[in-house]
Amino acid sequence: MSVADALVDAADDGIDFDGLTVEPYRDAYRFQTPDEDAVVTLEELREHADSPYATNWHYWERDVGGHDTARRAFLRWLEGGDGLSVPERYDALEGGHTRHWGELAVTAVLGRDGQRRYEVRHEDDVGEDVDAYTDPLEARELVKHDDDGRYRPLSTAPSLPHGWAFVDLDGGDLVETVEYVYPATVANWHRERAGDLDVDHWEDAAGRQTGIYGVVSELPDEALEWAAEACCVDSQCLKRREWDRNGDEELDVPRGDGEFPCREPCSLLVAAARKFTTLEREETREYTFELTPEEKEQVEDIVDAVADGRTDEIREADVYEGANRYRARFLRAKRMDDHGNLSGTPTYPEDHDEDEADDDHH
Amino acid sequence: MQALVIVGHGSHLNPGSSEPAYAHADTIRESGAFDEVREAFWKEEPSFRNVLRTLESDEVYVVPLFISEGYFTEQVIPRELRLDDFDPEDWESDGTDADHVTLDAGDVEKTIHYCGPVGTHDSMSDVIVQRAKSVTGRDEFGDDFGLAVVGHGTERNENSAKAIYYHADRIRDMGTFGEVQAVFMDEDPEVDDVTDFFETEDIVVVPLFVSDGFHTQEDIPEDMGLTDDYRTGYDVPSEVDGHRIWYSGAVGTEPLVADVVLERAEDAGAPVGDAVEAVRERTGGADAAAGD
Ligand code: SF4
Repeated sequence: MSVADALVDAADDGIDFDGLTVEPYRDAYRFQTPDEDAVVTLEELREHADSPYATNWHYWERDVGGHDTARRAFLRWLEGGDGLSVPERYDALEGGHTRHWGELAVTAVLGRDGQRRYEVRHEDDVGEDVDAYTDPLEARELVKHDDDGRYRPLSTAPSLPHGWAFVDLDGGDLVETVEYVYPATVANWHRERAGDLDVDHWEDAAGRQTGIYGVVSELPDEALEWAAEACCVDSQCLKRREWDRNGDEELDVPRGDGEFPCREPCSLLVAAARKFTTLEREETREYTFELTPEEKEQVEDIVDAVADGRTDEIREADVYEGANRYRARFLRAKRMDDHGNLSGTPTYPEDHDEDEADDDHH
Repeated sequence: MQALVIVGHGSHLNPGSSEPAYAHADTIRESGAFDEVREAFWKEEPSFRNVLRTLESDEVYVVPLFISEGYFTEQVIPRELRLDDFDPEDWESDGTDADHVTLDAGDVEKTIHYCGPVGTHDSMSDVIVQRAKSVTGRDEFGDDFGLAVVGHGTERNENSAKAIYYHADRIRDMGTFGEVQAVFMDEDPEVDDVTDFFETEDIVVVPLFVSDGFHTQEDIPEDMGLTDDYRTGYDVPSEVDGHRIWYSGAVGTEPLVADVVLERAEDAGAPVGDAVEAVRERTGGADAAAGD
């Protein structure tokens, strides 16, 4: 139905939307916007079909629909706030209005008759010439691996691959695409904005686990902090952590600045916590190692490089970096025996039988 | 509006694990039977926890892409979907009969039709036969061909074996193959000795697994002696102890599984129109249906 037909169709019931009012008035109709106020016949109402207020109403009420849905709220949010008037919004949309969602840049552009078209790509690829897609389903495969071809088990890890754009999408396809890149983020963001995000804190989420994950509720308090620091901070996950130990005890780890919330510990965190729990059952022991000061710092450099995912960036010949491969090989050649024991110190000295040492491949 | 949610295991390590769920979802999307079709996973996203809230539909059919009834279908999935009133007793199943139950979910205002797993649906027998056809390139088998249906076995739960025997018995009754045997990875009769159980020279071996992975691509081929090292691959068919073994890989990757998913939803009352026929047509299952 054209905008003109839709206006005529809706006139008797009246319209009150984004600054547009249409209502029966005496024997005619009143067409009112912040810029004009006219009393018109039904035929004359058609002539107002190219008013931005009319096309805007038509887009949101006839095309998008879905009042109270996350989809509609997200599309509204993309246009940047309810404070702007329709002509102001149209000005911004003319050349494309972009907002960020995780690592995505989402752009809304004004089309004919108030229609919006949408585009979504990696935020680093804005303005770049990349492969264009139009079917949201293709997003599943595209974002499955990072730029280095490694599988991404956590969709909100900040490792979104580059080099693609979904273009010329309608609102439904846009939201579907975003949801394949960052599943359920729109729904939970929407709940949070409505003030009813149902957060499941660690103790509830851990207590619910069964089978091999049943052990995670034994994770010590301190270790929960470390687990969140390991997995949930912005450098690892773009969701903003809203869960804590329980409703009263917050974790000290920064929640992150993400647009969308994390409402409960995810499966990846729970699986990691299972390992952390068993690791934390071990008692510490005293070992004696000899290291030079530089070697001690080098061990620290290596842990840092692995923890920050920087090993790939350390150049082959950059022997000034402690986590450089040649430096690590040098340290291993010097300090580790044939069984990989640091300083030749066995991990479990009490199990260590001197006579069998040479056959021991552990 | 009505939605279909296919719930699968997924993996943090193996990127291929979710592929069958995606592929079958796409086939059903194409049929147009549902306003929304969504995939959800235990180990990937959207999680079971978060999937229902992503739907606009108020009628939701949830079909587990799992092989047997047990831990996942009776505990994990209902718990994570917040189907608080679910009781496995409501399925009145002895291990292979779970059909569907209608429930509320704790976090959304929707009606949830929770279905039994694809693996125990009768039509899965057709898929196993279809899988055998795909791997051999034949339309018929007759007395010269044997079929081995492979299951995991006891490690997970007793129903895992029941599902295997159930389909082996059904296919034996169809008379499609000269011999039909159920074999297992970790209980007797073992897949390692598969050739001992058949008189027929040709044996088609179909693992009743949802997706290809470690078990179907590494363990089973090595256990049967198709190869010493899965990395070097194996021939189809391969000669082992004077038998020709046609090893198919996981049955769950067969396109016709989409039909089973759809039938699960239809059994639960989803009005799917002529989508079942359309999906069978597309996935090569029209003949299987006719012969059933
Ligand atoms: S639990 Fe942590 S890692 Fe998992 S989604 Fe939430 S914030 Fe991200």
